[in-house]
This record gives sequence, structure tokens and C-alpha cells, in this order.
Amino acid sequence: MDESEHATEESSNPHHWFSHLLDRFDEFHARFEGPNTIGNNRTFWAVFWGIFAILLVYPMIVNTFVLKTNTSFFIWVILALSLSIVWGYSGIFNFGQMATFGLGGYAYGVVAINLTEMIGGTVLALLIGVVLPAVVMAALGYFMFYGQVSGLYVAIITLVVTLMFNLLLTRTSGTTIGDAQLGGLNGMSGIPTLELDVVAFSFDLTPVSEYYLVLALMIAVYLGLRYTVNSYYGYVMIAIREDERRTQMFGYDIRKLKTALFSAGAALGGLAGVLYVSWSGFIDPTMFGLVSASLPIIWVTVGGRGTLLGSGIAAYLLQYTSNELGAMGTGYSFIFLGILFILVILFFPSGIVPALRDRWVAWSTTRKQSGSVQEGNS
Amino acid sequence: MSLIESLFGFLILALSHFGKLALIALGLAVIFGIMGIINFAHGEFILVGAYTTAMGYHAGFPLLLAIFVGGLAAGIFGLIVERLIIQHLYDRLIETLVATWGVSLIVIQLVRIQFGGTFAGIHTPLGSIQYGAFSASTYRIALAGAAIVLFASTYAIFMYTRYGLHSRAAMQNKEMAQCLGIPTKRVYMKTFFFGSVLSGIAGGLIAPTVSLTPDMGTNVLVEAFVTVIVGGANVIVGTSLAALSLGIIQAPASMLFGTLGGYLALLITTVLLIRVLPEGLTGVVE
Repeated sequence: MDESEHATEESSNPHHWFSHLLDRFDEFHARFEGPNTIGNNRTFWAVFWGIFAILLVYPMIVNTFVLKTNTSFFIWVILALSLSIVWGYSGIFNFGQMATFGLGGYAYGVVAINLTEMIGGTVLALLIGVVLPAVVMAALGYFMFYGQVSGLYVAIITLVVTLMFNLLLTRTSGTTIGDAQLGGLNGMSGIPTLELDVVAFSFDLTPVSEYYLVLALMIAVYLGLRYTVNSYYGYVMIAIREDERRTQMFGYDIRKLKTALFSAGAALGGLAGVLYVSWSGFIDPTMFGLVSASLPIIWVTVGGRGTLLGSGIAAYLLQYTSNELGAMGTGYSFIFLGILFILVILFFPSGIVPALRDRWVAWSTTRKQSGSVQEGNS
Repeated sequence: MSLIESLFGFLILALSHFGKLALIALGLAVIFGIMGIINFAHGEFILVGAYTTAMGYHAGFPLLLAIFVGGLAAGIFGLIVERLIIQHLYDRLIETLVATWGVSLIVIQLVRIQFGGTFAGIHTPLGSIQYGAFSASTYRIALAGAAIVLFASTYAIFMYTRYGLHSRAAMQNKEMAQCLGIPTKRVYMKTFFFGSVLSGIAGGLIAPTVSLTPDMGTNVLVEAFVTVIVGGANVIVGTSLAALSLGIIQAPASMLFGTLGGYLALLITTVLLIRVLPEGLTGVVE
């Protein structure tokens, strides 16, 4: 808070070079701000880029193992953001976001194993890993939304379809696609890491460069989605969530929009799946199981359904916590998580991050009033 | 195998699938139908019933009494969950779903820590019936009979008791029921208890036919879930019809393609039925 107070004093003097810089800073972020996101002020962005700077030097202060684990948490954040868009902002209760993740992962694995000799093979695999889930979910979306299926029934159908993938993949123990063995319950292993062979440069991903790639993608996805939800499209998405029929009356083709959103969310989920499989070199059908399928739902609910920031933070913290608890070698992590969900649902029904935001706003407003400090920007 | 034998086999298999689906779905259907909430811990209510039944059975209780105790144990567990969590979440479908999912995680892990990966099961009673090359467990067929008895009792409770009247009123129009002096919160509490008892009895009944593991609840949850959704809002008629039709579809598929094939057929049918009949089979009947 000291920082922003400092900042407001500076901005009251328009001729100061620093205030000019701050205006440019605000100007740059204006496109990511709006009523549909949390964190629309200078303080937020200062903290945001501060954390980003820490994340940039993070590989220099931790060992490879910790870094690699951390990379996987960022991948989960991308998955959580994708569900936040589909469910939190557009109101499509998608229980199958994990299926898009798994489909992307399997598609990447199959293509990457077969094209491992080819230059740019894994990049092609990445593209297919993004496109395939988008196509599959566009078809499923067409099936559901053009048939007027909505609400709870969307959740059931997406869950059931996810479980069908699970069943089908457990029965692929002898199945091969080219050189790739799907491996049934044992899963598919030996999947090559992403290699970025673009015209100018070519390098295998080391844990460090992989970390930077995933970090960059996570930030890009977050900012891209912030831009989207605060744009015209974002307003339409929220209109669909709030009142489908009224939005339709205004002339929007709900069915088409929902199918498109569903499919776009699947592409993002597929991207996360590709990154995950490239990270682990392995994937198995448990990705499509009931427990996995509910994870993204839980992150988004705990963090705050209507916020990108909350979903991302919750995904990171919950995965981090269950990883730490899991390392202690007991099943107590699930008990802890179960209790946590229940407490959050009972005491912060709209999610932790929106609740904290409300506290913060209330606190800074009373502080402002009592101290009568003039705030230029809030 | 002659044609008649296959036909007989099919009928027996369909009957046993119907019995299992109807039993595991009834408790969920009562809670979903009356209260409109989805209990994701439903499988764990069945688990509590099954484990308690097995414990009672090993302690020397006759099986029927053990099943009754299992139902009671699940009912008490349900009452605790309702008082602690569910009562604060009425009318909030998604929040109940996530909270009950939390309950499910806790119960599964506690059971795993307490009893390990498997629990001593109950030997399937009643032997088997033989027809030509085909043989089937008599107990599995008896389960279909038990399901019919439970459905009939549930119907009687809803139609001929004071609680039944109140709960039907609360289901049809909650505000109006409140205006007429029906204590809807108390009705919901009783309903949750009732549903939990039914799930516990179902758990006890199917205990001799399944292996008792901490994730047995997760395994039956999906089947129960799809049966309730296919059935629609009408607890008795919808759910029993759904169990019957899904059993008829699951039986030949599992005869031809094994258990997983039957399960897959169940899921595909569900997806198609939701698309064609969003109201479930209830919509067709009414």
C-alpha cells in the first residue's frame, strides 16, 4: 500500500518524468482492465510484474527438481484458466475439461513418438494436440447445444464422455498407432519432449528453458483471457451465463457461441495437456478418471468461479499443497483437501479470491475515508 | 448354447443388472428428486452401508440384520453430513456438489487408512441356478426382488405417511408448502436421512456381490448417477424404468463385450437419451 500512496503523490505532479512513466504503465494495462476481472489498478499490476520478476530469477535459486515440479503447477494453472473461461465466465458447466487435457496429451504423444526423427515433428504434434480436442469438443458441443441441452445435463454428458474415454483407453493394451503404443492401463511412455525447431533457432527443452516456455505461455494465456473477457466478447459471454434466453432475444446465436466457446476452451485445455505430456513423457487413462475430472472444477470453485486470477491461484496453491502433503507419504492430503473444499464452500461461497478482494476493498475504502487521502486511481 | 438358453441367460442377466442399478440409484434419486441436490458422496453412503454390513456379518449377525444395521449406520452418517454441511447449502446445486465431493474424498481416505486396500467380503449366499450351459447366482436375482420391495416401500412411505405428504408438497412448491406451515427444512433433513438409509441398505445388499475396497463407492457412483438422470424427476416410476431399460441394454452388451463393454453401452445410451429426452423417462410417462 505504501507503494500506491507514493504513486498517487507522484501523479499529482504532472511534470514529473516518473508520473509520465506511470501514465504509460496505466495506459498499457488499460486494455486488460474492466469490470469482469479482479485487479484493475496500479498496485495490482505492480505486484503482478513484481511476482513475474521473481519467477524470472526463480530458476537461479532452486534446484532442477523443484523447478521441474513448479513447471507442472504452471501447466495446471493454464488448465484452470481454460475452465474458468468456459464455466466461470460463460456458464457452461463443463465436467470434461480434463478430457481435453488428456486428449491433447494423447494426441501429442502419438504424433511426437511417430515423428520423433522429423525436424519440427514435436511442433506439429503440439498443433495436433491443440486442434484435436478443439475439434472433438466442437462436435460434442454441437451435439449438446444444438439439442438444447443445458445446465446440469451438460455437466453429466461431459462427465460421462470423459469416463467413456477412460474406458476406451484402458482397453488399448495391445493397440499401436504407428510406433506409439497406447498401452492400456499402463499408459503410454517414452514420449519425446517438445523441441522448438523454428527456422532461426533450434533447441531441446531443458528443465530451465521448459520452465521459461511454460511461464511465458501461462502469462500470455492469462493476459489474453483478461483482454478477451473485458472486450465485447467477454460481455457476451457473461450475458450468456447470466440469462441465456434474454441474450438470445437480443439476437445472439447462443448455440453457435456456446459451441465456439466450448471448443476454444478445449484448445486451451489441449495446450495444457500437450505441455504436461512433454513435461512428464508419460500419460495414462487415469487422466480421464472421476478424480482427475473433478480437479479443475474444484480449483475453479475454490478460487472463485467468476475470476481468472482466483482460478489460477487456487490451481497453483492446491496442487502445491497436495504435492507437499503427498510427499509426506500418506493419504492425508486428500483428507486435508476435502476439509478445505467444505470450509471454503461454507464460508466463502463465491471463492477465496473474490472474498479477499472484497475485504481489501472494504479495508482500503475505510482507510481512505478516515485518512482523507486523495486517490487518483482505484 | 441353444437359443432358449441364451434368451434365458439374457433375461437373468438383465434382471440382475436391473436389480443392482435400481438399488444403488434409489437413495440418490430420493435426495435428488425431493431436494434437488446432487450428492456426490452417494457412493460413500453405499460404502458405509456395505462395510458396516460386512462387519456385522463377521461379528455373527444374520445377513438381513447386518444389512439393516448397515442402513442405519449410513443413515446416521447422512444425518451428520446434513447437519454439518448440506443444510447450509440448500438451493445451491454446484456448491453442494463440490462440498459432497469433499466428503467423499475424506471418507475414502479414512477408510483406506483404517481398513487398508481391501476388506474381508461376504460370501455370496443362496448358491446358483442352472439352466443347460448357463448358470447364474441366485442372490443376484434375489437382489432384483429386493429392489422391487424397496421401491414399493418407498412408494408407500411417500404416499401414505405424513412425512411423505410433506415431502411431496415441498418438492412441488417449496414456498407454498412453507406458507401452509410445513417445516420444509425438517422435511429436507428427514429426506436426507431417508435417502442415506436407502443407500446404506443398498450397500449392504450388494456387499456380497462386490469386492469391498475404499473406492467401491466411486465405482458405483457413475452408474447410480446415470440411472437417476435417465429416470428424471419422478423418484419411483422414473428411476425404476430407467434401471429396467438400462439393465436391458447393459445385459447383452456385457454378454458380448464383457463388463467394460456393458458399462460403455450404459454411458452411450445415457448421452443419447439426455439429448433426446432432457426430462428423462419421467417426461415420457407424464
